[in-house]
Amino acid sequence: MLDTDFFRRWLTLCAGSVEREAPRLTELDAAIGDADHGANLRRGFAAVTAALDRDAPGSPGAVLLLAGRQLIATVGGASGPLYGTLLRSAGKALGDAPEVTPAELAAALREGVTAVAGLGGARPGDKTMLDALEPAVVALAGAPEAFGRAAAAAAEGALATVPMRARKGRASYLGERSMGHQDPGATSSALLVAALAEAERTEGEAP
Amino acid sequence: MTGNAEFRPVGIVLVSHSGDVARAVAAMAQGLAGGGALAPIAAAGGTPDGGLGTSAELIARAAADVDRGAGVAVLVDLGSAVLTVKALLAEGYDLPSGTRLVDAPLVEGAVGALVAASAGADLDAVARAAAEAYEYRKT
Repeated sequence: MLDTDFFRRWLTLCAGSVEREAPRLTELDAAIGDADHGANLRRGFAAVTAALDRDAPGSPGAVLLLAGRQLIATVGGASGPLYGTLLRSAGKALGDAPEVTPAELAAALREGVTAVAGLGGARPGDKTMLDALEPAVVALAGAPEAFGRAAAAAAEGALATVPMRARKGRASYLGERSMGHQDPGATSSALLVAALAEAERTEGEAP
Repeated sequence: MTGNAEFRPVGIVLVSHSGDVARAVAAMAQGLAGGGALAPIAAAGGTPDGGLGTSAELIARAAADVDRGAGVAVLVDLGSAVLTVKALLAEGYDLPSGTRLVDAPLVEGAVGALVAASAGADLDAVARAAAEAYEYRKT
């Protein structure tokens, strides 16, 4: 079972990973975007950890709702409402259960990814975060406890965006020149799924 | 005007990635719509520290400022401005009830929306007036 501490640990690990990788995310975004993805996500996840410390939400769903709200409120770029919608839709799916099964988390994340696709109007293959998130939720649907496999699928999905031509967001204005660069949103998505696997490995440690 | 003694127009919020753009478009719309009482219009551009981007906080504050109880029409430019307003509306928090994202070009739509709102149009009519800007082809 996954308890509230697991979800706090997941988001705290996300924040640490985003903090470490922010320069790389911004570098990727400089190639085909507006060079603010790392800074934006760093600000958003710093707000998430501050809110988790301050408000101490009491269930997995409440952790995700609070974190999603912080991302929408503070990121300042498109990744804020998109990741915010991912977490909030997943949080709503989990309701107020004190613990959830990996299968319940997999189903909730599927709902979150569907909501992200609905908000942004993107599909896999458009060179967006969906190219990492979709393979991750597909992997989890087949094996809900295999967080490591989901992380690998997300990382592969992010790498697979390199040859793609962007069809959404600012990168789409570049046309063919968007090809040959890894999508920053898919890259940060892979970090968030990797943090899920790390949260499982660090079970029992303080969040 | 509706003929009511109390003028309760639809409010308008302009969301741009740039604070300068949002403020300038609001000023331009006010100048072009001029004559008589104007509906409230507020700019929500850029980030709170003056950078380029979208701020949910500034959007929420602007919407509260212009809300007179008749609804708020939100016009946006692109990317995160669209997604942030949609996410806020989907979540049902931070924005006054009767807030609507209007599908219109920011500059031209702002003029149409402000003229209509100032004439006492309801939210549907304000949204239509703003959207009409798409039908005016330039070539």
